Amino acid sequence: MSPALIAALPFIGALLPGLLIRSGRDVAAMVCGTATFVALLGLCLHIPAIMAGEVITTRIDWLPQLGLNANFRIDGLGLLFGILILGIGLLIITYARFYLARHEPVGVFYTYLMLFQGAMMGIVLSDNILLLLIFWELTSLSSFLLIGYWKHLPEGRQGARMALTVTGMGGLAMIAGMLILGNIAGSYDISDILNAREAIQASPLYLPALLLILLGAFTKSAQFPFHFWLPHAMAAPTPVSAYLHSATMVKAGLFLMARLWPVLSGTPEWFYIVATTGLVTMVLGAWIGFFRDDLKSLLAFSTVSHLGLITMLLGFGTEAAAVAAVFHIINHATFKAALFMTAGIIDHEAGTRSIKRLGGLRKLMPITFLIGTIAALSMAGVPPLNGFISKEMMLEETTHAVWRGNANLVWAMATVGAIFSVGYSLRFVWQVFFGPERDDYPHKPHDPGIGLWIGPAILTALVVLIGLFPNTFAGWLVDASAGAVTGGHPHAHLALWHGLNMALKLSIVATLGGLLLLILNPRMLAIRDRVWRPDAKAMFDGVTQAALYLAYRLTDRFTNGSMARAFVAFSMTVLLCGLWAFSTGGYSGATRPMLPIHAIPLIGWVLLMIATCCMVAFHRNRLLALVLVGIIGLIVSGSFVYLSAPDLALTQISVEVVTVILLLLALNFLPKRTVLDSRDGKRGFDAFIATLTGLGFGALSYVVMRSDFALPSISGYMIENSHKLGGGDNVVNVILVDFRGYDTFGEITVLGIAALAIFALTETLLLGASGRRLRNWVYDSRRAGARHPLLMVVITRLILPISLVVGAYIFLRGHNMPGGGFVAGLIVSIALVSQYMASGFGWAQSRNRVPYHAMIGAGVLAAGVTGIGAWFAGYPFLTSTYGYVKLPGIEKFELASAMGFDLGVFLCVVGAVMLALNSLSRIARQAGETVNAEPMDINPSRIKGGR
Amino acid sequence: MELLLSSAIGMMTAAGIYLILRRRSFAVVLGTTMLSYAINLFLFSTGRLVINQPPILQDGVTSYTDPIPQALVLTAIVISFGMTAVTVMMALGAFLEGGDDRVDMPRADREPGVSRGDAGEGR
Repeated sequence: MSPALIAALPFIGALLPGLLIRSGRDVAAMVCGTATFVALLGLCLHIPAIMAGEVITTRIDWLPQLGLNANFRIDGLGLLFGILILGIGLLIITYARFYLARHEPVGVFYTYLMLFQGAMMGIVLSDNILLLLIFWELTSLSSFLLIGYWKHLPEGRQGARMALTVTGMGGLAMIAGMLILGNIAGSYDISDILNAREAIQASPLYLPALLLILLGAFTKSAQFPFHFWLPHAMAAPTPVSAYLHSATMVKAGLFLMARLWPVLSGTPEWFYIVATTGLVTMVLGAWIGFFRDDLKSLLAFSTVSHLGLITMLLGFGTEAAAVAAVFHIINHATFKAALFMTAGIIDHEAGTRSIKRLGGLRKLMPITFLIGTIAALSMAGVPPLNGFISKEMMLEETTHAVWRGNANLVWAMATVGAIFSVGYSLRFVWQVFFGPERDDYPHKPHDPGIGLWIGPAILTALVVLIGLFPNTFAGWLVDASAGAVTGGHPHAHLALWHGLNMALKLSIVATLGGLLLLILNPRMLAIRDRVWRPDAKAMFDGVTQAALYLAYRLTDRFTNGSMARAFVAFSMTVLLCGLWAFSTGGYSGATRPMLPIHAIPLIGWVLLMIATCCMVAFHRNRLLALVLVGIIGLIVSGSFVYLSAPDLALTQISVEVVTVILLLLALNFLPKRTVLDSRDGKRGFDAFIATLTGLGFGALSYVVMRSDFALPSISGYMIENSHKLGGGDNVVNVILVDFRGYDTFGEITVLGIAALAIFALTETLLLGASGRRLRNWVYDSRRAGARHPLLMVVITRLILPISLVVGAYIFLRGHNMPGGGFVAGLIVSIALVSQYMASGFGWAQSRNRVPYHAMIGAGVLAAGVTGIGAWFAGYPFLTSTYGYVKLPGIEKFELASAMGFDLGVFLCVVGAVMLALNSLSRIARQAGETVNAEPMDINPSRIKGGR
Repeated sequence: MELLLSSAIGMMTAAGIYLILRRRSFAVVLGTTMLSYAINLFLFSTGRLVINQPPILQDGVTSYTDPIPQALVLTAIVISFGMTAVTVMMALGAFLEGGDDRVDMPRADREPGVSRGDAGEGR
């Protein structure tokens, strides 16, 4: 099965519980399990090839210009992690089915779980670090959803947020690190990066890249000092904890360190940062875990400790240490998942997971006892279980490690960690299962059904089998994945008995020390309770509070609810940036000659200036301001005509008409005059800001117009190929419907959305407080005697067919002459609006058979279908074609497929303009505007007939 | 000619910004309209000013004005109509709903307590 498909299967599985939400939790669990199983099967089919040393890859070019390719690969390391993720995932899916209560939204849970699983598979199978980063962020997000699954619990929400903050921040740092890494290597493909070890380690950017990447890995894998999020994430349902914190989420950081091990490791920086962090985390996690009473919290800190152990091994940078690390990843996943599930069973059946309230469960829950004890002993490192073998290997490696000239420090510290590790493992067994039976359990404990214990039982069986026959059950996988990590061909010597060596002695010391700790535990707890210790959550909260406070202070300074203040800040920023850019840009004076000034443009300019000044002076008289807007728009269209832009002039002038009608309609329901409520000082300040910005913008445009193009323009191509490729002589139109058709497609969609938003706004305005206000509306101005005068009705009707023909003509000629869908749409809208205005809404609406919403939809659809049509001819989206047609009776004419697109533009414009105006008239009708069935208020024919 | 156009652009920008800085919604609508004129003209002018050379291909004519800014501005004009329409509707809605046509957010509508920084955990 293709690696890409294996990574995609969990995502497909994530969709199914949502679709089958009504079929119940059995079906949801079944489909997710099936998807996982198929993926696992597909993965396992590759085992023989990977054992033979092959790497299975799929390459899909996604955005090759950015170096972002959807490349997937399966090598030994990916195989190991894939088996862990999918295998334990399968057990968790089963377990969760029986763990979650009937009333809980199981479909949602499974969707999150599968999303998470897919993201994890994506990480371990990606062969491109940019792709890996996407999946990396996806695990942060989906684990956030999983940890906060019990939304009603504040701890769940806070834990989820903390996990997201810490891992998300680490992820951001990692993005930077990965980009640096890719830049040094010259490729973002992992296969290429792995071959660039010398270049990367010699680069001056090696250390920054290493630090940033490790920040991502350490936050994800809960390494000190970022370990604090993991215990708080225990507020999640136990299946989530078991999955995230044994086999998947926290192992992602380890995976990354292992994946990049060949290129990053082997330097002193790597050793001191990674090995030291791992060692500290291992000891610290074991120490804290030993004192925890909550079973899940104990296991969480134990996870932190074991992750530290593996990190340390990877940090040593030797092949033997890498083998031990990989082997311990397998072992930890098996016993820790089993232990988490055991803790969940105890919580589920006894009603508590606090050690203080438990004890004596050995007889009450024999199966759970058996499973939990074996797994915990493996965690402690007791022979003949798998945890023992990897712990021995770890201790053996620590005896070879030299930290700053000190050969004893590392193994001594590691032994301390191991002592506490034995301590908490024995505590888990002793204080939960042994001791006297109690009569104050919250529930009467008993063993659960097979659904809950089968998962941990399988894992525990593996714990024993790997312990007894390590080479049969794990050796091949360890060899393959360690080979992928180191790039060599290591052969792991996995055995229970290595002779009476240093590691064995340390192991014996650890076990005896752990037993001693168990005896001393109550006294140590009492002492520890009296000593102050740092509270990570309080610190985290303090930091986030401070950041929030600063952010609010900063944003409040600019936006305090006053739009003017925000706008002043914005325009001043733009102005200053512009000035700065200009002063550093090396402007060398005007290079284009000025065009001569003729009389007519000068007159237009004077008119424009006067109108603008009047606008500022009289804007409070709203009707006058509207007239001035019309004048200014007219002069702007005139300047388009003068400056060789006929299409723009046509568009501007027709938009002007609809804008003025729109504003007039709106003005009906707004105050007729603007109240003067700003002080002189404020107005003076505003005028100052406005003048500065105006000067800046004017100067900028002057400089632009007087300079030649800095780079060769692409316009030449458009002009040259407009006829050849687009089949049209109007270059502007060809650009709109052909060369840049995709932009236009977006723009008509936006226009349609704007019109629909207006419609929706109107809907809400007709209800509630504003609706009541409208129903009680009193018109304050005198009404016209005849609202629909005879003369206007007659004229508009005469004009209608003419304007429609003009519209059609403008539309048809648009490809070769000024015109096109936009202009034609506006002209037809104006013709229709004038019918509404002259003959009244009721009369006009009863003659309209196409709803305007549908027109917008049809427009977007027509444009889209035209675009898709190109696919069938084997061309990319929106490629147009044209040909010439000869019909009898008329001249030969051209037919371009772009015309279908332009028809879409036309329909969308008509629909949008009409819907916007129509919405405003609905408000008028709500306000008691009479709706006429007859077109004219005074109809001579009717009067005559009446007599 | 360039001087005329750039001074007109500057003037309309200044008028637009002054009107946007007013406190009443209709003035802001007028201001955005003025600003759209100025910006559309500016975008158009980046193709440099050319007289009597429209971008309509004709036999025997070799020099044309730059068609790309024109295509950009054409859609911008139509979009700015859509924007004006939405703004007008919002102004109308605010007036009908809130009873006055001020554009600033009333103090009572701002999230209480946020500026004091007691947001965060548990909220």
